[in-house]
Amino acid sequence: MLDRIKDDGAPTILAIDDVQKFYQASNGAVEALRGVNLTVRKGDFICLLGASGCGKSTLLRIVAGFEQATRGAVTMYGFPVDKPGPDRGMVFQDYALFPWLTVRENIGFGPKHRGVASKVVAETTDKFMAMVGLTAFADRYPHQLSGGMKQRVAIARVLSNDTDILLMDEPFGALDALTRSKLQEELVEIWRSTKLTVIFVTHSVEEAVMLADRVIVMSAGPGRIDCEIAIDLPRPRDVASPEFNALRRDITQKLTSHIGSSRGAAAVS
Amino acid sequence: MSIPDTMSTVAPSIPVTPAAIALAVPTPRKPSAQRFRAVALGVIVPLCLLVIWHLAVRWTGTRLVPSPAGVAIMMWDFAFGGIYDDAYSATLPIHFWKSVQRVYGGFLCAAIIGIPLGLMIGRMPLLRRLLDPTLSLLRPIPVTAWLPLSMIFFGLGPRAAIFLVFLGAFFPILLNTIFGVKSVDVRLFEAADMLGCSGAQQFRAVVLPAALPSIFNGLRLGASFAWILIVVGEMTGVPEGLGAVIMDGRTLSRTDLVITGMIIIGLTGFASDRILLALSNYFLRWSPQHHA
Repeated sequence: MLDRIKDDGAPTILAIDDVQKFYQASNGAVEALRGVNLTVRKGDFICLLGASGCGKSTLLRIVAGFEQATRGAVTMYGFPVDKPGPDRGMVFQDYALFPWLTVRENIGFGPKHRGVASKVVAETTDKFMAMVGLTAFADRYPHQLSGGMKQRVAIARVLSNDTDILLMDEPFGALDALTRSKLQEELVEIWRSTKLTVIFVTHSVEEAVMLADRVIVMSAGPGRIDCEIAIDLPRPRDVASPEFNALRRDITQKLTSHIGSSRGAAAVS
Repeated sequence: MSIPDTMSTVAPSIPVTPAAIALAVPTPRKPSAQRFRAVALGVIVPLCLLVIWHLAVRWTGTRLVPSPAGVAIMMWDFAFGGIYDDAYSATLPIHFWKSVQRVYGGFLCAAIIGIPLGLMIGRMPLLRRLLDPTLSLLRPIPVTAWLPLSMIFFGLGPRAAIFLVFLGAFFPILLNTIFGVKSVDVRLFEAADMLGCSGAQQFRAVVLPAALPSIFNGLRLGASFAWILIVVGEMTGVPEGLGAVIMDGRTLSRTDLVITGMIIIGLTGFASDRILLALSNYFLRWSPQHHA
């Protein structure tokens, strides 16, 4: 199919190998992740799906290098990941834009501080600012933007930094439904045109089925990977189609059966 | 009805003015109208105080405190001369200039040392553990208590005054900078890290701008302490300066001279705070809640 970039022959870009994570809490050690294995190939769009407390955000933060695995390893192109780096760009739920920089300066922040020539920085910035449709807002400060616009800046900021993997931690969780679905569409468009690799954390089954080719279902106590579901619906995906709903029902069932019906119903939308 | 019209009525009918402005000025002139309204509201209390002062001096018949008119004459003589023609006539520029030099000398030293030190203490736990006990020990000591030592260290003269002003301005600047750095959202450091801006680069790119609102608070506090301490600083036997004039006025029982010095320090401190506020508004234009 034309609209499927995924190719089984694509090279492995990131490997998560038997990762375990303990947190030191006041009442002793808490096991947040146990025996997590995942191989990410170039061009994958992966959704980590699970209820609150299943460790999906922790796993993403370990991949980003903000936290270290207690046991096991994360390797990128075969090299161990031990600190954050521009090859793994992160988009946070609360945007984390630099409030003292304009839209243009936020998007140019990465290249500028990595010593890229200022002319190249300007060109890259313009390109990605246009890609997320914010050229008209180039000189605005973050506090003058809506939530959806802020998240577009955050995405462009990572893209302009020439990232290999886009890590997204519930990026659309704070947005209203309309903005959210608009941004989902735009993200898929960006993913297809840039041939990026995306790891996207969400607790919404619908969002996962909408976006991913691989949905990784996680369960809690301790956090682990429950199963992987391949989504090969054609894009753009239709939320109302029977195939979409069949997958959504199927995944929702898998989630709720593993985390207890009462907790599952509350945590999964 | 326009602003100049109402302006002429400010003095006689103070309480009425703000309301009249709000009603009379049409929407296109709103910014200037609001500005005028703010100024009008601000001068009500000082004018009332002047009136109360005048009446109190007249009714009690005291000879210890001069009337506002007496002080106004003294101020004129102090600034331009031609009335008393004594040692203080027309000496305002020299006293003013000496004091400004000392205040800003001490203040700038405090800023130049306090801001970088605060940035580092806020960001480096080791340095914080190393310096925090010492700083906490020095902080509660009143600056006036340093007076004898500063005269021993720096001798009789302007350097002792600058040192005291420095001490007074240093702690507000340092503590506010540390506070500013510690309250920076951790996410911003994570964002900088993952974008490839790390280590020492982060000081200029993230720590300094993110802490800037607090730093400006510290600078404004520090500047006001600097003006407070100039009187103490100029007790150290310097012949010129507004603080020295006030001390002389006390010794000579010239209360009009004392009050003149007080008013000039008040006005200058006010103006210097306005300058800092304007700078703060310019550098913090990205921050809606710091746009005062």
